[in-house]
Amino acid sequence: MPTRRRAVLILAALTGLSQLSIILALMVGSIPISPAEVLSTLVDPGGSIAADVVRNLRLPRALTGFACGGLLALAGALLQVLLRNPLADPYVLGISGGAGIGALLAIILGFGVVGVNGLALGGALGAMFLVFGLAHGDGGWTQSRLLLTGVIVAAGCGAVVTLMLAVAPDDRLRGMLFWLMGDLSQTSDPALTLIVLAAILLIALPFARELNLLARGADVAQALGVAVRPLRRGVYLVASLATAAAVTQAGAIGFIGLIVPHLVRLTIGNDQRLLLPASVLAGGSLLVIADTLARTMLAPQQLPVGVLTALIGVPAFLFLLSRATPGRH
Amino acid sequence: MTRPAPLLTTHGLRVGIAEHTFCRDLALTVRAGECLAILGRNGAGKSTLLSVLAGLREPQAGEVLLAGETYARLGARASARMRGWLPQSRSEAFSSTVLETALVGRHPHLARWEWESATDARIARQALAAVGLGDLAQRDVHTLSGGERQRLSIASLLTQAPRLYLLDEPLAHLDLNHQIATLELLAELTRDGQTACVMVLHEPGLAARFCSRALLLFGDGTTQQGASDEVITSDSLSRLYGYPLREIGDGRQRWFMPA
Repeated sequence: MPTRRRAVLILAALTGLSQLSIILALMVGSIPISPAEVLSTLVDPGGSIAADVVRNLRLPRALTGFACGGLLALAGALLQVLLRNPLADPYVLGISGGAGIGALLAIILGFGVVGVNGLALGGALGAMFLVFGLAHGDGGWTQSRLLLTGVIVAAGCGAVVTLMLAVAPDDRLRGMLFWLMGDLSQTSDPALTLIVLAAILLIALPFARELNLLARGADVAQALGVAVRPLRRGVYLVASLATAAAVTQAGAIGFIGLIVPHLVRLTIGNDQRLLLPASVLAGGSLLVIADTLARTMLAPQQLPVGVLTALIGVPAFLFLLSRATPGRH
Repeated sequence: MTRPAPLLTTHGLRVGIAEHTFCRDLALTVRAGECLAILGRNGAGKSTLLSVLAGLREPQAGEVLLAGETYARLGARASARMRGWLPQSRSEAFSSTVLETALVGRHPHLARWEWESATDARIARQALAAVGLGDLAQRDVHTLSGGERQRLSIASLLTQAPRLYLLDEPLAHLDLNHQIATLELLAELTRDGQTACVMVLHEPGLAARFCSRALLLFGDGTTQQGASDEVITSDSLSRLYGYPLREIGDGRQRWFMPA
């Protein structure tokens, strides 16, 4: 049975993990910095090189990574409930596809970081409203209709992205590919993304028990007193915005949104009151660790972080799946 | 002795899907202590009518009153504390334990930030014990058989503890022993004079034995309702199912056999 005490303990442990992952990200790199030094640079901004590296390079990148990982995991958890489909991820409804078109267009046109982010956000919102409008239709809204519309829009966006890659000049291709695989090296100020993450989590948490019911079926939820229609719309909107915010900041980082909610569900159960915050913390930590590996494994070369999230996430997921309750179908 | 106020009332109710009308101008009154059986062929609109009575679907005309109020006026939460609805089938997309699934019924009784208390857990365990699932509380719902899942759905409904039970084929997937046990459980609930049941059934003999009243949906928009003894007869059932049925009885119980 879910209890508040257990939830607090689990969240405290995951908060510890998040802090460890961020401290690790601050320590590791071309200039190794000891934990004591990291802590001292954080409390006392001195003028040393170490302080500069930690405060101006590694900390913003780690915090952005944490925020994006948290947003993607949260969006994945919400969409899995909305679509009642454990295979749903933040990209299944075409939001990353729309963002991809915008971002690649900006890269081809030679825009800077702000332009790329702006067009990516525009593309993400465009795809989001397109899918909503098409799936909404006459007011009837079924999971399968929403899912199919999203998958088709995503496929269309994928085709446009491929077309853009095919016609893009060679010197832009590397940047475009890194964007598509997810990349944190171009990150700017993490404050806005962190605020979006906190806001979306705070909006979602009061409805967590209603989401538990929605996961069991819309009619069951409605019979138990849940206002299903506004709840579904709200979840769609909030999950889409979370995805758009993450993708805009860091590109289409894969696997976090699919695997993290699953990992969490397999270990602590499917109570959204615990699952949503736990997914945020676990997703954030995983992305920070993956990004730290991505920039150090083959240093000075930086790998796209999306590759690392998959390389860490897939074996971890398969391990948990294999030891999950044997009695299941 | 005054009769209890009606739990469920309908006026001029028309229920249908698109051009197909299942019932028109239906006036139904269900009082606490009563048990109403809804009988009809496949596709006659039994489930659709039940979901309209549960406030999950809008009628084409007329109104449904729950303890004298419309569902809109009561609001979803207050309605959920008064009436429970058993769906014909439900599928669980995610794993959860049997106890967690039963606890779902407590939702309308909990405030937004409230977590299930020890009292809620006790209510859920009692409900599981009542349907014979007391030993399976920690099992994953995906490992249950069809009949066990059906009993778990009924347990979730008992945990919800409404005054009006609207049950769509409560006997589906159940073996004979559990069919009778379930009907006796529901009859026991109504015996306190506070609770009422409306259930879709396919076995007229059981309907006649356990339900005080019956509503027949003929599928063409016409209906017949009344005391089970008067409405459930071989003549009306033969017309209802479009197949001749013969009544067999031992003086206490009546059974209907395909002729």
